[in-house]
Amino acid sequence: MATKTFAGKTVQVNDEGFMTNPAEWDREIAVEIAKEEGIDPLTDAHWKVIDFCRAEGTKTGKAPTLRQITTGTGLSTKELFTLFPKGPAKKVAHISGLGKPEGCV
Amino acid sequence: MSENRHIAFICSKGNLDMVYPALVMGWAALGNGIDVTIFFTFWGMDMINKHRVDHLEVPPVANSSMKMNMMGVPGYIGIPQILGVIPGMTPFASALMKSKMKALGVPTVREYLEMLSDGGAKMYACKMSVDMFKLSKDDFLPCVEDIVTAGDFMDMTDGAQIIFI
Repeated sequence: MATKTFAGKTVQVNDEGFMTNPAEWDREIAVEIAKEEGIDPLTDAHWKVIDFCRAEGTKTGKAPTLRQITTGTGLSTKELFTLFPKGPAKKVAHISGLGKPEGCV
Repeated sequence: MSENRHIAFICSKGNLDMVYPALVMGWAALGNGIDVTIFFTFWGMDMINKHRVDHLEVPPVANSSMKMNMMGVPGYIGIPQILGVIPGMTPFASALMKSKMKALGVPTVREYLEMLSDGGAKMYACKMSVDMFKLSKDDFLPCVEDIVTAGDFMDMTDGAQIIFI
């Protein structure tokens, strides 16, 4: 299993760079991964999405799908694609320290 | 993943079961940062026709994969074709499929198109089909950007992976 260091903390990641142990995640790590994804700084709106994903991840063990995010946070699809441009499904899960979303919508 | 991957779907069918593949894959593509273009032609224009989009159907006739297990009958017992032609069978099968998709949390076609549009997918209607069916831009949902020719479509999908449905 590969590891990667973010903000001075070494975490386990898979081949695609997704964290494999959500318990190792913290907000400083999220900031670093977001930079890697080209999102800097993380605004309150970004955190609203990330916090929702973390809560869902803890509850279900899976990253929520885009539709679950828009339904759960009240953000529109447009807003979500503006906050996390070019592939929010993967980016949000990546930054939130979760695996790729498993659902299709 | 390459930087500027682009997928184009050509939607030529209007049956309920044939309209979803492009919607599902297009949405997955957008979620993964892939550009999406969708070209609606012939019966596929029912998907973007605002008078038709909420009334798409799936007929049981000549559909050898539709078995009665959809209705809870165990095994893979077919629906006799002669029953399929009875008035009401198509709305029945369509309602059944819609209820199954709703239970799974699958958006309606109208909602899916709006999501795709909001996510940045570009959607166009085929000029020749529009002329043939005597339609105009006013007949289409707002997600449709324009009515274009096959040649225009070729220009705008230069380098894209193309999927015909």
